[in-house]
Amino acid sequence: MAHQTQLRNAGATALQIVASWALPIGIVVEWEIASRSGVISTRLLPAPSAVAAAFWENLRNGTLLTHAAISTERALKGLAIGGGIGFILGVLAGISRPAETVFDSSMQMLRNVPHLAMIPLVILWFGIGEEAKIFLVAVGTAFPIYLNTFHGIRTVDVRLIEMARVYGLGPLALFWRVILPGALPSILVGLRFSLGIMWLTLIVAETISASSGIGYMTMNAREFLQTDIVVLGIIVYALLGKLADALTRLIETRALAWHPAYQPAATREAVP
Amino acid sequence: MRDAASALRLHEGAVFQETDTAPHDATTLREVVPRKQEARTANGKAVQLNGLSKSFGNRRVLSKLDLAIPAGQLLAIVGRSGCGKSTLLRLIAGLDQPSAGTISIGDARVQSLQSNVRLLFQDARLLPWHRVLGNVGIARANGWRESAMAALADVGLADRANDWPAVLSGGQSQRVALARALVSRPGVLLLDEPFGALDALTRMEMHRLLERIWREHGFTTVLITHDVAEAVALADRVIVIRDGAIALDIPVDLPRPRREAADTSAVALQARILEEV
Ligand SMILES: Nc1ncnc2c1ncn2[C@@H]1O[C@H](COP(=O)(O)OP(=O)(O)OP(=O)(O)O)[C@@H](O)[C@H]1O
Ligand SMILES: [Mg+2]
Repeated sequence: MAHQTQLRNAGATALQIVASWALPIGIVVEWEIASRSGVISTRLLPAPSAVAAAFWENLRNGTLLTHAAISTERALKGLAIGGGIGFILGVLAGISRPAETVFDSSMQMLRNVPHLAMIPLVILWFGIGEEAKIFLVAVGTAFPIYLNTFHGIRTVDVRLIEMARVYGLGPLALFWRVILPGALPSILVGLRFSLGIMWLTLIVAETISASSGIGYMTMNAREFLQTDIVVLGIIVYALLGKLADALTRLIETRALAWHPAYQPAATREAVP
Repeated sequence: MRDAASALRLHEGAVFQETDTAPHDATTLREVVPRKQEARTANGKAVQLNGLSKSFGNRRVLSKLDLAIPAGQLLAIVGRSGCGKSTLLRLIAGLDQPSAGTISIGDARVQSLQSNVRLLFQDARLLPWHRVLGNVGIARANGWRESAMAALADVGLADRANDWPAVLSGGQSQRVALARALVSRPGVLLLDEPFGALDALTRMEMHRLLERIWREHGFTTVLITHDVAEAVALADRVIVIRDGAIALDIPVDLPRPRREAADTSAVALQARILEEV
C-alpha cells in the first residue's frame, strides 16, 4: 500500500511540474508565433528564437561571459564592502549600548534615504569609474545587513547567554558560540534582502553610466536597436539574481541545519 | 507524518526503558558506594553563607542568612514561590552580588562566577546550534570530546551524542544539561527546580540518576524544589526558607537508596516540613 501511495505521489509531483511550466512555455510559444506572423514588431520585441540565437552567439564569442563577470565582480565587491560594514556596525551596536547610541539613530535615519537618489552626486564624486557603482551597491546593501544583524543579536535568548557565563565562556567564546549563531537566522534574512538590492542597484548604475558589464551591453545594444541583446541582458540579470538566491538558500540549509525549520523531515513536510 | 511521529514515540520508548533499568541496578550500586565514599569528601566543597542579604530596590528578598553546608552534603531547599530560592542560588553561583554578607566555597570567598560551581536551570538551556556532544563540552577544555562523551555515558545518553537538541524530549534535555554540569567535575552543583517540568515517571527516573551520580562524584549539592516528597526522597538535609530567613533546618536520616514515600518516617518528615512552608 505504501508503494502505491509513493507511486501516486510521484505521479502527482510530475503533474505539478508539468502544470507549473505550462503557462511560461505557452507564453513563449505564443510570442514566437506573434513575432513570426508580424503581429509584434521585432524592432520593439525580438522573437524568442532571436534571443536564443543572440545568447548562443554572445556566449561563443565570449562577450556575454566577460560582461557578466564584470557585473558579478562589481556586485560582489559592493556587497563585501557594504555588507561587511553593515555587519560590523550591527555587531557593535548589538553587543554594546554605547555603540548603539552612537550608530543606531544615524543608521535609522540614513536608511530612509533612497540610495539611488544619490546617483548624480556619486557621478560627481567618482565619475563613471568602477568606484561609483561599487559605492552605490555598498550603500544599498549595508542597511539590510546592519538592521538584521543588530536585531538578531538583540533577540538572542538572554537565558542562553547567562548559561554560557555560568559555564565559564569568555567574551570571545560567548560571541562565537552563542551570540553569532543565535543571530545567524536573522543575519541571513538580511543577506537575502541585500542580494535583491545589490542586483537592482547594479542594473540602474550600469544602465546610467558604464563602459562594460551587462547594463552597458544592453544600453549599447539599444543604440543599435538590437532588441534581442536587450532582452538577453534582462534574462542574464534574472539568472544572476536567481543564482545568488539559490546560493543563500544553500548557505541557510547548511548553517541553520540545527533549526527545526531547516531539518530535512520538516522541509519535506512543509513543501506540499 | 503519522509514521514519523509514531516512529519517534517508539524510539523514545526504547531509550526510556534502557535508562530505566540501567541506573538502579542493585549490584552496581552496592559495589560503588563504599569506594565512592572517599571520593565524596575529596571532590565536594563546603559552602558557607554568613549574614547574607539581598534586596532588589526596596524589596528585601533575603535577610541575614547564615548557613553552613558541609562538603558532599545533598541539601534541599523548599519554600513558597517568590521566597528567594532562585535568588539564593544565583548568589552562590556568583551570578549576582549580595547586598550584604559573604559566601565562601571551600576556602575561597565568592566574588564572581566560580569555575567549580555549576548551576542547572529549570529549563535545560541547551544551545540549539550545537549537537548534544558540543553542548556537553561547551567550555571546550582540553580533551573535551572524551570527557563530554564520558559524561553523556554517565547519564545514559551516549547514543544521542550526535543529535540536535531540538529532537530531545524534556527529560533527555535535562539529562544532557546534567552531563554538561558534570564534565568539569564541579565541587558544588546547584539545581534550581530542574525536574519541575517533567512528568512523574521521568522525574523519578531523574531522582535515581541524580542520586547515583551524586554518590559517585561526591559534589556538594543544593537542590531547590517545591516538591516536599522530592526533598525527603533525595536530601541529607532539608531547609525551609520563609520571609527571607531559614524557618526550618532538619536532617533526613533515612537509609539509601530510598523509595519515594515508602515508609512512615518519610511521611512524617514531609508533614513536618509542609507545616513550616
Ligand atoms: N532581578 C530582579 N529584580 C527585581 N526583583 C527580583 C529580581 N529577581 C528576583 N526578584 C524578586 O525576588 C523575589 C524572589 O525571587 P526568586 O526568583 O528568588 O523566587 P523563588 O523562590 O525562586 O520563586 P519560584 O519558586 O517561583 O521560582 C521575588 O519577589 C522576585 O520578584
Ligand atoms: Mg525560582
